[in-house]
Amino acid sequence: MKKDSKENIKHSSPSDKTPASAGVIAVKVDDLTVAYNYKPVLWDIDLEIPEGVLMAIVGPNGAGKSTLIKSILGILKPIAGSVTIYGKPYKKQRQLVAYVPQKGSVDWDFPTTALDVVMMGTYGSLGWIKRPGQKEKKASLEALEKVGMLAFKSRQISQLSGGQQQRIFLARALVQNASIYFMDEPFQGVDATTEIAIINILKELRKAGKTVIVVHHDLQTVPEYFDWVTFLNVKKIATGPVKDIFNDDNLTKTYGINYKVSIQE
Amino acid sequence: MDITEYIKLVFTDYTLRTITLGTAILGAVTGMLGSFAVLRKQSLLGDAISHAALPGIAIAFLITGAKDSNTLLIGALISGLIGTFWIRGIVTKTHLKSDTALGLILSLFFGFGMLLLTFIQKQPNANQAGLDKYLFGQAATLVESDVWLMAIVTGICLIVMLTFWKEFKILLFDADYTQTLGFNTKFIDILITTFIVLAIVLGLQTVGVVLMSAMLLAPAAAARQWTNSLSVMVFLAAIFGAFSGVFGTAISASQNNLSTGPVIVLVAGVFVIFSFIFSPSRGLLFKQIRFIKNRRDLELHKTLAFMHHIAETHEDISHPHAIKLLNNFQGYTRSTLQKLVDKDYVELNGNMWSLTKTGFETAANLYTKQSTEDE
Repeated sequence: MKKDSKENIKHSSPSDKTPASAGVIAVKVDDLTVAYNYKPVLWDIDLEIPEGVLMAIVGPNGAGKSTLIKSILGILKPIAGSVTIYGKPYKKQRQLVAYVPQKGSVDWDFPTTALDVVMMGTYGSLGWIKRPGQKEKKASLEALEKVGMLAFKSRQISQLSGGQQQRIFLARALVQNASIYFMDEPFQGVDATTEIAIINILKELRKAGKTVIVVHHDLQTVPEYFDWVTFLNVKKIATGPVKDIFNDDNLTKTYGINYKVSIQE
Repeated sequence: MDITEYIKLVFTDYTLRTITLGTAILGAVTGMLGSFAVLRKQSLLGDAISHAALPGIAIAFLITGAKDSNTLLIGALISGLIGTFWIRGIVTKTHLKSDTALGLILSLFFGFGMLLLTFIQKQPNANQAGLDKYLFGQAATLVESDVWLMAIVTGICLIVMLTFWKEFKILLFDADYTQTLGFNTKFIDILITTFIVLAIVLGLQTVGVVLMSAMLLAPAAAARQWTNSLSVMVFLAAIFGAFSGVFGTAISASQNNLSTGPVIVLVAGVFVIFSFIFSPSRGLLFKQIRFIKNRRDLELHKTLAFMHHIAETHEDISHPHAIKLLNNFQGYTRSTLQKLVDKDYVELNGNMWSLTKTGFETAANLYTKQSTEDE
């Protein structure tokens, strides 16, 4: 913990964080262990994510990256361990957290429109039964505009391209107006234009003091996109500022001896 | 009896009116709830539930010794719910996939139910005859109190659906996300499933164990073809379901009392086939028509682009060229050219063609226009 906060201060530049927020832990994971059937998917994970970072979670397929996010969000039940958001259990802090699931996790042939999906982001603050009104609609339209999808608000979601669907998911999370964003492979299957658009939005979020945690696959873009990184392969290999720990040593530990091959892919 | 006679009778004859109302309400409620089942990819759930209800009917009869339909339906409801929760249990607690769990529960419960039915038939009890009507249903046995029960359940279902509309919708689309927003997804799920079980159990007397799932799926599958909005889909499915009930009853009553349940299911099937073929956006027919039209447009655009390519090299864009020039390269026909003339893109003069100003501009904008339309 001491080491983490020290690194955090060292890394902080005036543009990304105010000194006051430096060192505040947004997400804390303790001894988290998750297993599907008998095979452990995550083993004894301890993780502290400082407020205001744009963090990549990297690791090979089956390393438990998505599982980590889903366990933090309470979608999966861990065997052991606990998660706190700003020092309190996740259940009490839901309003602070937004989630962007993998695009492939839903059926895009569902009969609904882009605006409707974005509006779902307001359901959490509305609570049970209450329907979204003008205020929620306005917020959703703004979110659509932020991701450059306003022109598609009435489009049936199956008629959107993969990149557009990803933007819709992002807009749905933006409308939650959270402090911490968890995103599961937001760059999967999107073209270069969309990737740039998305990363710009993520960087804006960080500038606004939000914490953004992204499951990421493309190792080459890690130093360019992120300021914080967690290496994961069932166990936590390393976590910290990209410029300090994003090196061959950690990559080798995470991906095994062939990591260079996986970079070339 | 013929159709006109039938229509007269619907308004005068007590039995026929009861049956028609009953099947209409049943069709509406199963269509509505079926939309949820279809969108959750739980199409087979209805089949499993209806089959799972059979042993409940038999056991209820064995315990009470009476054929009171409400008692038997409570038995059906209990065993249907047990089957449903076992399916959920199998899926969450074992490696088995849901289709395996559904198939397993369906056949085990149905087998057990059939065993009990044969056991009951061997009993020296004059009252036992007629329990097998629950296999294929017998709408003729509907009485007013049955219809009232259906109406009440449908009413409650409608109120619950409207109250929790937002929650149902988001759960159907993205269950994990719903959970992160703080909704109790298990509760919403159980609510939906319970109503599906209720609707199925209500339909057993009319349509029967074996065909009941079609009542759930067919109207929903048909409705999906016509709309991209969930509320319209649910509404349409209810309408299709209700009409299947009414038409099915009418046909069966007017044609020598054909068995009502199967006729209703077949009518619902006709709705499905019609929707699959004739729906404007998703139907096979219009898809094919659009495909052919697009291909023709593309041919036309290709011709125009080629002409533009030639015309570009001249200072005067309307400089005439020999049609032969086109033929030599691509084999364009006079009829293709005629279509361009109709659109005022091209002028023909003997064996020569020339681009008009509009034609030239259209051709120049062809690709940029296409890419903006795409975006």
